[in-house]
Amino acid sequence: MERRRRLGPLGVLTHLALVIWTLLVLVPLLWTFLASVKSEDEIFGSAWSLPETLRWDNFARAWEQAHIGQYMINSVIVVSFSTFGTMLVGSMAAYVLARYPFRGNRTIYTLFVAGLAFPFFLALSPLFFVVQNMGNVPLIGQFIGLNTHAGAVLVYIAYSMPFTIFFLAAFFRTLPTSVGEAAMVDGASHTRVFFQIMMPMAKPGIISITIFNILGQWNQYQIPLILLQDRDKWVLSQGIADISTAAGYDADWAALFAALTLAILPMLVVYTVFQRQIQSGLTAGALK
Amino acid sequence: MTFNRYRRGLFITSFLAAPVILYLVYVISPNVQAFYIAMTDWRGVSATPAFIGLENFERLLGDNVFWKAVSHNAALLVLLPVITIVIALFFAFLLNVGGRQGVSGIRGSTFYRVVFFFPQVLAVTIVAVLFQQVLRPDASGMLNGPLMALGINPIGFLSDSGLAFWSVLGVLVWQAVGFYVVLFSAGLASIPKEMFEAAQIDGAGRVSMFFRVTLPLLWDTVQVAWVYLGILAMDVFAIVWVMTVQQGGPDWSTTVMAAEIYRNAFGYFRFGYASALGVVMFLFTVGFAILSLRLSRRERIEY
Repeated sequence: MERRRRLGPLGVLTHLALVIWTLLVLVPLLWTFLASVKSEDEIFGSAWSLPETLRWDNFARAWEQAHIGQYMINSVIVVSFSTFGTMLVGSMAAYVLARYPFRGNRTIYTLFVAGLAFPFFLALSPLFFVVQNMGNVPLIGQFIGLNTHAGAVLVYIAYSMPFTIFFLAAFFRTLPTSVGEAAMVDGASHTRVFFQIMMPMAKPGIISITIFNILGQWNQYQIPLILLQDRDKWVLSQGIADISTAAGYDADWAALFAALTLAILPMLVVYTVFQRQIQSGLTAGALK
Repeated sequence: MTFNRYRRGLFITSFLAAPVILYLVYVISPNVQAFYIAMTDWRGVSATPAFIGLENFERLLGDNVFWKAVSHNAALLVLLPVITIVIALFFAFLLNVGGRQGVSGIRGSTFYRVVFFFPQVLAVTIVAVLFQQVLRPDASGMLNGPLMALGINPIGFLSDSGLAFWSVLGVLVWQAVGFYVVLFSAGLASIPKEMFEAAQIDGAGRVSMFFRVTLPLLWDTVQVAWVYLGILAMDVFAIVWVMTVQQGGPDWSTTVMAAEIYRNAFGYFRFGYASALGVVMFLFTVGFAILSLRLSRRERIEY
């Protein structure tokens, strides 16, 4: 009885729709993986032919000559620092704004959250010159100007503030006040209450928004596009975009597919392991 | 007591100093400057750009390429949310309440959710390059290869100016759907099961269950999705810039506001003009925000 219902015509159509979308998602990815071990001739011969021999040297060329290795390391450096910085200063600001009434609190909070309404492209040209001018600041200028990773990190952090503060301030407001107050009575400082009591209590929110920021900053394209124009400084998203746009007809297509595969696989692995956290982390903001 | 107040003030200042300074320098100041630069003829070289009032805005009124870009953003603003939400609602419904008796989820629903969501994790530039290859106009394209093998003429998904925009839309939908399936699933999960069971006892089929029970209860989440997708449609850049022919072509058929702002600023070095385009983009974005806030004032269903 149960089985008949499930396999009725509607059930079959249901499963068919789901299978079709599954294929739509998976086939382009699998096709890319397949092409990454083909030779140039095989890629241009016919799209679906199987490779005669598996050409792993495509990956070596992508890593070395297309500098995918270098770009990936740059991405890891920039995102590690920027996500750490975003979470540190973002949670500090969110906590103070959520828990300490003072004159100007509302104004500062509104200023941060208003950033959500401004399209990044409005600030595009002035931002370029702001960072260029930062390069002329005595002593530290050479580290935070154009074509510096530290400069990009600061900009990533600044542009991650609106959403991070918006989300975390809402989260801190839901936490009980009693624990912190008790610790204060026992002589703990404000700073200590924050790092040793409030941060651990806010862990679920912190994890969600950390995942959100890691993915957002890893995938960032327009900020590095204007601030990191020096090839040595490029992050992965720039490197991938460049292989196909600039290289033109004498591009190394086999290496292109290998580079794409190299960019997709780590995400696939990380996603498979953390898919539950990633899904809730990314959708958490929308459900607030 | 005064000492405690002093300590409290010091704490607040020390915690807010870094984020506020970073935010003022890198976000507030560029956004404010943009409104002034928009009224200059700045090309990045002259130390003091000349103030030219609203000249840039007069010029952009006659800028056909920019208005083409605006029309593409407008089309995306309507099509992207509608298509994505319809597909995502359909799948979320199937995965959560489309199964046995129309109350429980379908077999393998976790697997489908995991697969559908994956494109969301990929960088937009990766998706752009991936589909540039998938949609290649010759036998080496993933789609055209089999078509040509069957003797059908290859389709210029990206090289035909009548088709390229639809390819862009398709890729955007491809990447977005999974996120909204998960979002709607979370929304559905928070609706008490008795709601569906009660409707079923009253004899509701799957279709009327969807329109009479699921959709009204999910309406809040659908509105959130609409706003998110609207913002996505206004901000489209990387897909167009990386995937399409001539970065917005062929023949400007896929270009968007963000691409024109970037092209004017860093391709033609017209920073004044690019900022004016940015101001217009900002006005459209605010307009959309106000419109969606107005439209979303609808009574919330409590349960």
